[in-house]
Amino acid sequence: MEEVIKTQQLTKYYSKTKEAEPALVGVDLIVKPGELYGLVGPDGAGKTTLLRILATVMEPTSGSAHLAELNVSKQPEKIRARLGYMPQAFSLYPDLSVMENLRFFADINGVPRKRQKTRIDELLDFARLTDFTKRRSENLSGGMRKKLALACALIHEPEILLLDEPTTGVDPVSRRELWQLLTKVIHQGVTVLVSTPYMDEAERCKTVSILYRGRILITGSPNELEKQMPFRIVEVKARPRRILREVADQTEGVLSWRAVGDRLRLSVSDSSQVLPNLEESLKREGANISILREARIVMEDVFIHLVEKQEAQG
Amino acid sequence: MSNEKAIEAIQLTKKFGDFTAVNQVSFEIPKGEIFGLLGPNGAGKTTTIRMLCGILEPTAGEAHVMGYDVAKHSEEIKQRIGYMSQKFSLYDDLTVYENLDFYANLYGVPREKLKPRLAELIEMAGLRGHEKQLSSGLSGAWRQRLALACAIVHEPPMLFLDEPTAGVDPVSRREFWEMIYQLAGQGVSVLATTHYMDEAEFCNVIGMMYRSRLIALSDPDSLREGAIGVLFEVDCQEPSHAELVLKDLPFVLDVAAHGVLLHVQVASEKQKAELEQTLQSSGIIVERIERVLPSLEDIFVSLVDQENRQQIRADKD
Repeated sequence: MEEVIKTQQLTKYYSKTKEAEPALVGVDLIVKPGELYGLVGPDGAGKTTLLRILATVMEPTSGSAHLAELNVSKQPEKIRARLGYMPQAFSLYPDLSVMENLRFFADINGVPRKRQKTRIDELLDFARLTDFTKRRSENLSGGMRKKLALACALIHEPEILLLDEPTTGVDPVSRRELWQLLTKVIHQGVTVLVSTPYMDEAERCKTVSILYRGRILITGSPNELEKQMPFRIVEVKARPRRILREVADQTEGVLSWRAVGDRLRLSVSDSSQVLPNLEESLKREGANISILREARIVMEDVFIHLVEKQEAQG
Repeated sequence: MSNEKAIEAIQLTKKFGDFTAVNQVSFEIPKGEIFGLLGPNGAGKTTTIRMLCGILEPTAGEAHVMGYDVAKHSEEIKQRIGYMSQKFSLYDDLTVYENLDFYANLYGVPREKLKPRLAELIEMAGLRGHEKQLSSGLSGAWRQRLALACAIVHEPPMLFLDEPTAGVDPVSRREFWEMIYQLAGQGVSVLATTHYMDEAEFCNVIGMMYRSRLIALSDPDSLREGAIGVLFEVDCQEPSHAELVLKDLPFVLDVAAHGVLLHVQVASEKQKAELEQTLQSSGIIVERIERVLPSLEDIFVSLVDQENRQQIRADKD
């Protein structure tokens, strides 16, 4: 099997009149076995819609989607047996304990009783929830709820895992722990499709698609995408900040810039030419330079570039 | 007390019964700076803000905001601050203009200044042409800009932002922070709380809060550069195998899986060659090894680890 997930021209309108903007337009997506695939985009880009269709909880308006070569519209039950889905909203029963939630999800996913105990023990250990089995899920911290939801999604040992913004609203320590768990899942050979609004999380994926207003703008490995960009990034920190901004505006070869804290990130056509010019102008204006160097292009630069290009084209 | 400080907190403490929500927090923010207060939920960020806004009285310690003592002059402080919360408090059944007008009246903006001030704010927030639109019909990014405009309608010299750009796309977020930088350029001081580390990158000064205490206070670059050792990002085949191989090397301080990549912490830059060699001799194909600056999240997590270890040691004594 070459592709675990495949969509062709997947389109979704929520309104029948088709006057409203569609939630998804002509999405072609291929996820290979064992891959960690990131779906990146802001709120409203269509990430949740795409995952819901793949999780067989919603039908597309047109186009097709297959998981493990099964059609989402025609064989949803067969797909569900092989799929774990963790929606963004809290999907657990608040008045059930950690253990009761796991047993409930084991039952509805048809995990044989004999297998249940060992599988639940495995997952409690995996999510480090062994000491909290009796706690009602409504009394868990945000990070622990997410870990429990992940354990519930994995209860029937699915080969495909769909995660909708697992780290949104989670504090940094829990966010790191969730990513460590995801890494373990990947190492066990599960194919994972994860959506995130965070560009830094996209960097950790094997393949990334950037979704914007229902369309995929680009797909590739983070490294490939960063190399494809028709600009370099120069990072400058200098005080006073007003002079730094003026110099950035006036220096030839600077395509655009954005402020990140005290630093400016400049998109430039040729860094070897811009760097000495910047240094000279800043010094002439009496600015105190603490950082001036070429920096690595990151996914956030890629995203901003693509969206601005898109908006310029209308 | 100098006039150059927007905020000065000295041993600021708040107890609720036996629970210490804020424990001896001290910091100073010069005027015109953007101060980011980071930490997980429950770390004490909101209690700190509430004391600074003059809503909650400190149990011990003191704080001055724009030169006013929070315990004695809370009314003066309230007139000089703007506050924008994560759940923007806009009136859905009012238009863009009506929302601004409402807040202007609430804050007592004089009638003769009202019109030019609202026009200025509409321009700044990029809302021209949308004055008559109901705020409920605005997109997230526009609502956020309107909420900011409402918070600064009375031209406060100090602005408090509570997780201002959660869920907003990077392009809109950049536009939002560009407005904040402009305000800071005009001398407005800003305090933003967030538990999103990527948002913290936009601040000039960062305070990290954990379990009621301030565990770090610095500018983002110094925090990053002061981190222990050197961080390499390794892109290789079989990362789980590589992790095991690297874990046991004496010169490797820490290995962490970072999705399909590995983050390897070592003492010095020179050990890059050694890393590469070890992996290759174990039959692992290395695509790329690159030095990366630790993210603020890396630093926060490492500080929290240190803090927890100290706590365990203290508990044992």
